[in-house]
Amino acid sequence: MKKTFKLDEVDCANCALKMQDAVKAIDGVTSASVNFMTQKFTLEADDEVFDDVLAKAIKAMNKVEPDCEVIL
Amino acid sequence: MKYKLTKKQRKMLKRIIASTVILGIAALITKFVEIPWWCELVLFAIPYLIVGYDILKGAFINIIHGQVFDEKFLMTIATLGAFATKEFPEATFVMLFYQVGELFQSIAVGRSRKSIASLMDIRPDYANVIRDGVESEVSPEEVQVGETIVIKPGEKIPLDGVILTGSTTINTAALTGESAPADATTGDNVISGTLNLTGVITVKTTGVFAESTVSKILELVENSSEKKAKVENFITRFAKWYTPAVVIGAVLLALVPPIFDHMWMQWIGRALVFLVVSCPCALVVSVPLSFFAGIGAASKDGILIKGANYMETLSKIETVVFDKTGTLTKGSFAVEAVHANEISESELIDIAACAESYSSHPIAESIIRRAGNISKERVGLVEEIAGHGIKAVVDGIVYYVGNGKLMDSIKADYKDCELTGTIIHVAREAKWSNEYLGHIVINDEIKSDSPEAISNLKKLGVKNTVMLTGDKEKVAQNVGKKLGLDEIHAELLPADKVSHVERLLGTGTKLAFVGDGINDAPVLMRADIGIAMGALGSDAAIESADVVLMDDKPSKIADSIKISRKTMSIVWQNIVFALGVKVIILLLGALGIANMWIAVFGDVGVLIIAILNSLRCMSIKK
Repeated sequence: MKKTFKLDEVDCANCALKMQDAVKAIDGVTSASVNFMTQKFTLEADDEVFDDVLAKAIKAMNKVEPDCEVIL
Repeated sequence: MKYKLTKKQRKMLKRIIASTVILGIAALITKFVEIPWWCELVLFAIPYLIVGYDILKGAFINIIHGQVFDEKFLMTIATLGAFATKEFPEATFVMLFYQVGELFQSIAVGRSRKSIASLMDIRPDYANVIRDGVESEVSPEEVQVGETIVIKPGEKIPLDGVILTGSTTINTAALTGESAPADATTGDNVISGTLNLTGVITVKTTGVFAESTVSKILELVENSSEKKAKVENFITRFAKWYTPAVVIGAVLLALVPPIFDHMWMQWIGRALVFLVVSCPCALVVSVPLSFFAGIGAASKDGILIKGANYMETLSKIETVVFDKTGTLTKGSFAVEAVHANEISESELIDIAACAESYSSHPIAESIIRRAGNISKERVGLVEEIAGHGIKAVVDGIVYYVGNGKLMDSIKADYKDCELTGTIIHVAREAKWSNEYLGHIVINDEIKSDSPEAISNLKKLGVKNTVMLTGDKEKVAQNVGKKLGLDEIHAELLPADKVSHVERLLGTGTKLAFVGDGINDAPVLMRADIGIAMGALGSDAAIESADVVLMDDKPSKIADSIKISRKTMSIVWQNIVFALGVKVIILLLGALGIANMWIAVFGDVGVLIIAILNSLRCMSIKK
């Protein structure tokens, strides 16, 4: 399953990059991209683990950028 | 453009103002009144904390999460270090200036996103759907295929469809960048995102919103920032190494020299300067922003570039290969010349049109179009002679309309034409010998802006312009010479086209292929850049090409190269500027010539200048 979410409060391009790397490192993630320009976060993972992976991804992203909000 | 600050930005602005005021007061006090150092510390700590508390907190949290080397950490170390060396005003000012810079970055990025988004403000917000005779306003996503929608003058066409009733003129500027309005009437297709100008029309939808042309275009532009240019990837890798390298340098600078000269404070001060300039932000933000702006500007002009990497390649194109029919020519036949013998030109056309009135061949249609209205009642028996032409009775007289072979077979003394193209001869049956009445020259019309397209490319320095076509050699040469092309290859099979492209690629040049996308897939893929033309509504083209031109104008190719080159030059300007300034400041800092203020400029000032420069990519010089 591949889903795209809108992001709030991502102002630093470096942070966007770090968040992307952090999510990609999570087990079960097929692909991930954080687009600084359009403020969109795309996550691709197997259907069964998707919700779990998404929760881990959000946690990882907040570690990098605590203010960042993923709008579900 | 009006930009509203977000809540977070407004809060920050208030903090900055408050801090500035208090800092000013504190500076005045210390200027005129002698106070002990710990009083000064407290005095300056107030504005420092007001403006910088979130940085300190953030740095601390990040360290706990394992993220040590980042901006917040650097600013914290730098400013706390300055406090430690009793440079209170400096420390506070640095934090203040840093936050001003961050706020500015946030606003600049927000504004850029907004103006780029408004360039692409083609999204229709509503549709008037008629269900059970009742008209209601719904969001475009709710309309199904086959439903009827009504579009009034001044409204955006919300979905792709076919006009059921009414006629109007449509402005396709939002998609193609061309403002000349197009007529449309019952039976014509309309595209979502275009603007309905004059008449009320009802349209039967042929697709849902998610698959509509306008949605596809918006998606394409948004996703374009995911295809990173080589430059962007380089900057990303560079940034990952730059920061740790500078920090290590700072640590060495702070620890090593003092071993020899014991001037700890001085060297720590210099190390702090290093730290402040170590953020690669200016590069990491300005490079993608430039591409995003450039792609947005291009799409406003009707040029869809699918990725920053394609923009990069486009700027280096030296060879442009064109498909002929449909790309350089209109792909529809038209009467180019009429040479009549004994009768007038209009009579010749009239006879030929009548004879061809039952044929649906494009050549016949072009003659009929030129003739205008013909009443089929004048036409009697029509006999089609395969490979030759037509024998028809018009106004009671037998005429022969066709090629040279037909003329030979009826022994009419015909004259061939010096002009190239498809020649249709006309002869009239007569008792003793069939009379030759003249001929009509029909050609695939060259598009009005094709000559300009080629000359513009040459002006841009494109070294080789090539035409590949399956059409006849003579016709190809005719078109090629008229346009001034460098290479012309005709009578090619699709596989031959691929071999030519491969041959040209073998010479090491960067090659772009321009076609109508549908049957040019293999060649589009082999070329460095595949450009599809006239894609208004064509799914196949949008899928297979790297660059999609929304209208039929080949002159847009030169524009796309221009935009790409401008974007690339701004990208490099920013890189050279940012790195250059930072390296100079690092050197000056190590030598003790640069102080904290210069360091902060090296970080914040450079960032601001780089962002402003990136925004120049939004305007295209025509």
